[in-house]
Amino acid sequence: MKKKIVCMLLAGGQGSRLGVLTSSMAKPAVPFGGKYRIIDFPLSNCVNSDIDTVGVLTQYRPLALNAYLGTGQHWDLDRTNGGVFVLPPYMTEHDGHWYSGTANAIWQNRSFVDQYDPDYVLILSGDHIYKMDYTKMLKFHVANEAAATIAVLKVPMEEAHRFGIMNTDENGTIVSFEEKPKNPKSNNASMGIYIFNWKLLRAYMDRDDADPSSENDFGKNIIPTMLNAGEKMVAYPFEGYWKDVGTIQSLWEANMDLLGEKPVLDLNDSAWRIYTRNPVMPPHYTDAAADVKNSLVAEGCVVRGKVLHTVLFCGAKSDTGSEVMDSVVFPEAEIGRNCLVKKAIIGENAIIGDGAQIGVPLKEGEVVDNHLTGDIVLIGSGVEIPAGASIPCGAVVTAETIGQFISGGKEA
Amino acid sequence: MNQEAFGLIFTGEANPYMRDLVLSRAVAAVPFGGRYRVIDFGLSNLVNTGIRNVGLIVQRNYHSMMDHLGTGKEWDLNRKRDGLFLLPPYSTKDNTGVYRGDIDAFHSVMQYVRRSPQKYLILCGSHTVFNTTYDAVLKQHVESGADITIMYNEDPRFFPEEQNRDLRLLLEEDGKTVTGLEWNPRNPSSNFRSCEINVIDKELFEDLVEESYARGGVDFVRDILLPGVKDLKIMGWRYDGYVARIDSINTYFMHSMELLDASAAKDLYNMKHPIYTKVKDEIATKYGDYADVHNVVMADGCVIDGSVEDSIVFRGVTVEHGAIVKNSILMQGVTVRAGAALDHVILDKNVTVNAGRTLTGYEGIPLVFRKNLTV
Repeated sequence: MKKKIVCMLLAGGQGSRLGVLTSSMAKPAVPFGGKYRIIDFPLSNCVNSDIDTVGVLTQYRPLALNAYLGTGQHWDLDRTNGGVFVLPPYMTEHDGHWYSGTANAIWQNRSFVDQYDPDYVLILSGDHIYKMDYTKMLKFHVANEAAATIAVLKVPMEEAHRFGIMNTDENGTIVSFEEKPKNPKSNNASMGIYIFNWKLLRAYMDRDDADPSSENDFGKNIIPTMLNAGEKMVAYPFEGYWKDVGTIQSLWEANMDLLGEKPVLDLNDSAWRIYTRNPVMPPHYTDAAADVKNSLVAEGCVVRGKVLHTVLFCGAKSDTGSEVMDSVVFPEAEIGRNCLVKKAIIGENAIIGDGAQIGVPLKEGEVVDNHLTGDIVLIGSGVEIPAGASIPCGAVVTAETIGQFISGGKEA
Repeated sequence: MNQEAFGLIFTGEANPYMRDLVLSRAVAAVPFGGRYRVIDFGLSNLVNTGIRNVGLIVQRNYHSMMDHLGTGKEWDLNRKRDGLFLLPPYSTKDNTGVYRGDIDAFHSVMQYVRRSPQKYLILCGSHTVFNTTYDAVLKQHVESGADITIMYNEDPRFFPEEQNRDLRLLLEEDGKTVTGLEWNPRNPSSNFRSCEINVIDKELFEDLVEESYARGGVDFVRDILLPGVKDLKIMGWRYDGYVARIDSINTYFMHSMELLDASAAKDLYNMKHPIYTKVKDEIATKYGDYADVHNVVMADGCVIDGSVEDSIVFRGVTVEHGAIVKNSILMQGVTVRAGAALDHVILDKNVTVNAGRTLTGYEGIPLVFRKNLTV
């Protein structure tokens, strides 16, 4: 049955810059904001924008994502006609290939899109946190009679070199595109959100696929080719919160952006709810000795200590006498008694033993491999930090590396 | 064996002792435990036992119940085979429309009972809250060859002035053989109280109900169980977990506050048997810079910037900076404005307390404010 628009969500990223957080799950399944996963944001934006058909493209650990999405009922995407579909690479009678690039992932699933004979296709990536009404962008696309519309955000000029930059004329028509330019001409950063006329995109993808030198990537190949061919491409200016949470630092920052009296990112918005697979957990309990301020606390948590400027996810626990600050504590992680946790991301089901100190300043001469983390401590999923242990700033602690941080080199 | 049982929940009871909380809803639809309604426990117990066929008899004010349950998908009861059946009253020649008692209701839904393929029926009331599965009581029922098995617990508390559907079991030393029953006794001779769960063979249930109905029987306990002690094999099955009987405003308040006690909460919120409820997609609860929260059970979606102590806080509650809440129950969507002070108060859904108001109830006499009021 025909649909006006179909969404294809690129969720393939392993997200290697998120280090141990993505060792067992794709980036879109990384927890965010107390009870969400990153993928809840594009999915909820779709549903709130009345887009009811979403293909989720993934080739990295599809099971976790598949299990998470289920029938789509939690996002109201269990539809008779349409709904949410996980689309991993597949074999045909002739051959089969991994997705070689973002455009190739869509191209390999062209028959999925064709089923709905859509006029437009919306292409999203699964690793951005933002609230956006795509119907406005579609109206803009239609009003401009564009072949493609790319959502852009004004970023500070000094950061523009980190983004794909769209240079436009005074009407908002894109005249050139530069991927991570050394000397950016403008600060219109691409948000990785595209609307294409489906039939036209399909033709360009066919040609791109036939070109063996192409990397089959939207940013590197499809968009420049369409621009060179003189297609009308327009930049849709977006104002509001948008964050690529592809690094430990940005993931931590985005969580902190939810805190404060007037948070930069306010999710307490009944007009634009973010849907999620709600865990079935009781209300949280804050005990008589607890002291919780400027924090988010999700259901299932038990708080007995001090929690400041922190996000506690579903089922996380912090016991008596502990102090947790500036931290992100993932689902069902447990912090024991009398611990000190500063500026850390604690992985799912991790256990911090009694009296452990997380995020202590480096001792003189101590060296920590912090190229992924900066000064944020990252404790991997399910890792057990023994009682009394001391973990320095910037450390990445996994089952493999824990020995480095525990005196005697062995777990207690 | 669990596939051989189905559940039938009667939610038609009136209870004047619940006062304002049941003005617009059945006791089963009363919010309880921070994010649930009373019915969630009964339904989840059945689902956690593996039961996939549940009939729910509704009578008065069942709008909020229908809204809450929907297709039953949150309980995984939106099934093609079996599933959740809402059984509202309707008038036909077999059906009286308005039920005088549960026997009337059972008679009216007998078609559903007959069509259910399972052999055993778990007959459930709707004002007793606990978290367990029925595997053990079913097993005992089948193995003992009992006609009816009543789940009971030991509850020494007695509130004679608010007595409501109080069924007491007189038992032999084995704790199983029922020798007598007392119904709303003035001076109870036993502390063993029915948990409103009766396991009974479906065919026997049909016979007993139809026979009693034909003779003008009204109440299942009074007209079937009490006389049944003589000719039926009635057994008891003892439950030792936490049981909350929502009989009156006072017991509602008392049991709510017991959830601040670790052992009651651990038992009722036992994550091995999760309690399902309608999902609201609220954000995690937000504590502000001035939040001062001690000994509180609190659901998602709240924004707390005031002081809250020894209280139960449902989803989506706002407590502004400078407000003080003590010993209170704040239901979904309540707003307490700056500088208001509450003690021993129950605020029903969407009540707003304006800035600077002081509302004080007393222990045993909580103040209740009905739904949607602005104070």
